Amino acid sequence: MTELRLHDVAVAYGARTALADLELTVASAERVAVLGPNGAGKSSLLRCISGIVPVSRGMVTLDGVPLAELGREAIARRIAVVPQQVDLPFAIRVEEVVALGRIPHERSFRGPTAHDRQIVGEAIQRVGLDGFVGRDARELSLGERQLVLIAMAVAQQARLLLLDEPTVHLDLRHQVQVMDLMADLNDREGLTIVAVLHDLALAAHYFPRAVLLDGGRLVGDGPPAQVLAPDRVRATFGVDAAVWMGGARPGV
Amino acid sequence: MRAGVAPGIPALSERVRATTPRWRRPALVAAAGIAALAAALVTGLAFGSVSIPPSDTLAILAHRLLGWPVAVTWPASSETIVLELRLPRVLMAMLAGGGLAVAGATMQGVLRNPLADPYVLGTASGAALGASLAVLAPLPVGLLGLGFGQLLAFVGAVVAVALVWRLSRASRLGSLTGLLLTGYAVGSLLAAGLSMAMVLSGAQLRQIVFFLLGSLATATWQQVAVAAPLIIVGVLILAWRARSLDALMLGDETAAHLGLAVARERVILLAFAALVTAAAVATCGLIGFVGLVVPHMIRLVVGPAARPLLPLAAVFGAAFLAVADLLARLPGELPVGIVTAVIGAPFFLLILRRVRTGYEL
Repeated sequence: MTELRLHDVAVAYGARTALADLELTVASAERVAVLGPNGAGKSSLLRCISGIVPVSRGMVTLDGVPLAELGREAIARRIAVVPQQVDLPFAIRVEEVVALGRIPHERSFRGPTAHDRQIVGEAIQRVGLDGFVGRDARELSLGERQLVLIAMAVAQQARLLLLDEPTVHLDLRHQVQVMDLMADLNDREGLTIVAVLHDLALAAHYFPRAVLLDGGRLVGDGPPAQVLAPDRVRATFGVDAAVWMGGARPGV
Repeated sequence: MRAGVAPGIPALSERVRATTPRWRRPALVAAAGIAALAAALVTGLAFGSVSIPPSDTLAILAHRLLGWPVAVTWPASSETIVLELRLPRVLMAMLAGGGLAVAGATMQGVLRNPLADPYVLGTASGAALGASLAVLAPLPVGLLGLGFGQLLAFVGAVVAVALVWRLSRASRLGSLTGLLLTGYAVGSLLAAGLSMAMVLSGAQLRQIVFFLLGSLATATWQQVAVAAPLIIVGVLILAWRARSLDALMLGDETAAHLGLAVARERVILLAFAALVTAAAVATCGLIGFVGLVVPHMIRLVVGPAARPLLPLAAVFGAAFLAVADLLARLPGELPVGIVTAVIGAPFFLLILRRVRTGYEL
C-alpha cells in the first residue's frame, strides 16, 4: 500500500526551475509512464519523488507521510530506483550486484542473513537471470545489465519502483522483455511503477496511464490515447506524429 | 517472488557454490591468510643478521609472552633479539601492511577507481615534506617515542588530506573527479616543496631518500604502542562501514537510493583511511605497492564486496609486508619499499595473466 502524492511541488537547481506547480497522485499498484521532451523535467520528477533532490516548494508524501520526515534508509525500504546504467569500477558477479539491493535492510556489522540470500535468489529468478549467476556483470550486454539492476531493485523489496528510461539503449527484444517484466511485477505483485520513457509507443502499449511534462509543468495526465493525441504531441514535441492504438502493438 | 523457489531450480546458494571454486570461498581464504600471518611472524622473528632456530623462537614467545613453563635452553641474547628488536619490528610491519591494504581498498572503493592507493589524496607528499623539513631543521622534539621527523610526517599527511578535502569542496566538477584532481594538484605542490628540501638537504639527502623508500629498521615497542591503536581502531571503523563502501561502488546517486547518507559516509571512510595511512607512513616511511595491489588480489579471489574484502586485505597486507621486511633485512637493510615492488609487481602480473575467467580487474 503505497500512495504517492505531490502537492504544489517545485524543484529548482539554483536559479533554474526544473519543475513548477506540480500536482500528481499515484495510487497503490498503479502503473504510470512519465513522458516529455528532453529537459521537460522527467528526471527531476523522479529525483524529487525519491528524495535525492529537495523540493523548493510544496510537499511529496508517501502514504500521507512527508518524504522530508523519512530518513534516507526508510525511503530506500519504500522506494527502489532502477538507474539507467551503472559503471562498476571492479569486476563483480551478477548475484553480488543484486545482493546490494539488500543494503537498506542490513545492519552494519552483521552480513547478509540466510533470509537476505533467499530474497536475492528469488529476485534473480523473478527477473529471469538464473543462467547468469556467477558471471561478471560487466561482461553482460546492456539489456542483461538492465535486468540485473531491476533484480537489484526487486531485492530491495520496496512497494514503489521508479525507473529512469529503462529501455533507452536496448534492442527491441530486451525492450519488450523489460516492459513485460515491469507489467508483470505490477500485475502480479502489485508494485506501484513510475517509469520515465522516451518511447511513446512502448508507453502507449504498456501503460494504462501517462503523465506528460513540458517545460517543468504537467501538460497531460490520463490514458495514453488521450495524453498522446496528435495536437498534444505536436505542441509538446514539435513534430507531427500520430500514436495509434489499434492492433497488437501500437506505434508512433 | 511470492511463489518462492520453483522446484527443479537449485537455490541461489547452491548455484553460487557450483560456480565458485572451493579456494575462492572467503572462509578458506581467511584460514590461509591467518596461516600465512603466523608463518610470517615466526620466520620474521627467527631470521635476520643472526638466525635463531624457529623452535627457540616459538619457545621464547611461549615462555615470555604466554608464561608457559618451558625450559630455558637459549642464550639471553636470543631473547633480547626476538623480544626487543624483532618482535616490535614484525608487529609494526603487520600493522602498517594491514592498515595500508585496508586504506587502499577503501580509497579505491570510495573514489571508484582501481588505480587509487592510500596515498592518492596527498598523504604521501604531505608526509614526505614533513619528514624532509625535520631533516633540514632537526629539533630535539619527541613525543611518545616518535622522533621529530615522524611527528612532522604524521602532521604533514593529515594536513595534506584535510587541505585536499577542503579545496575539493569548492570544485565545480563532479565530486569524485574534483577530489582526485585536487589531490593530484596539492600532491604536486607538496612534491615541489619536497624536491626543494632535497636540493637543500646536502649531506642529509640520504635520510630523506630512506624515508621515501620506507623502512621498518627503527621500529620500537613504543612506536608500536602509538601506531597500533590508531591503525586498529581505524581499520575496525572502516570494516564497520563495509556496507557504505559497497553502496558507493554504484555511484553517489544509486548509493543514496539504497539509503546511504552519501556525503557523511564518504567523509567517514576517507577520514579513517587517511588516519590509518598517516599512522603507517609516519612510523615506516612511504611503503608503496601494498595498498594498491593487496586489495586487488583479494578482489580477484573473493570479489569486491567490502565485508570479506577489508578483513582479508588486513590479514594479507600484514603478512605481505612482514615477509617483505624479512627479505629486506636478510641482505642487510634494503629499503622495504624496493622489496614490496620487486616481489609484488611480478606476482601481480602473474595473477593478471592467470585469471581469465570469473573476476578480472
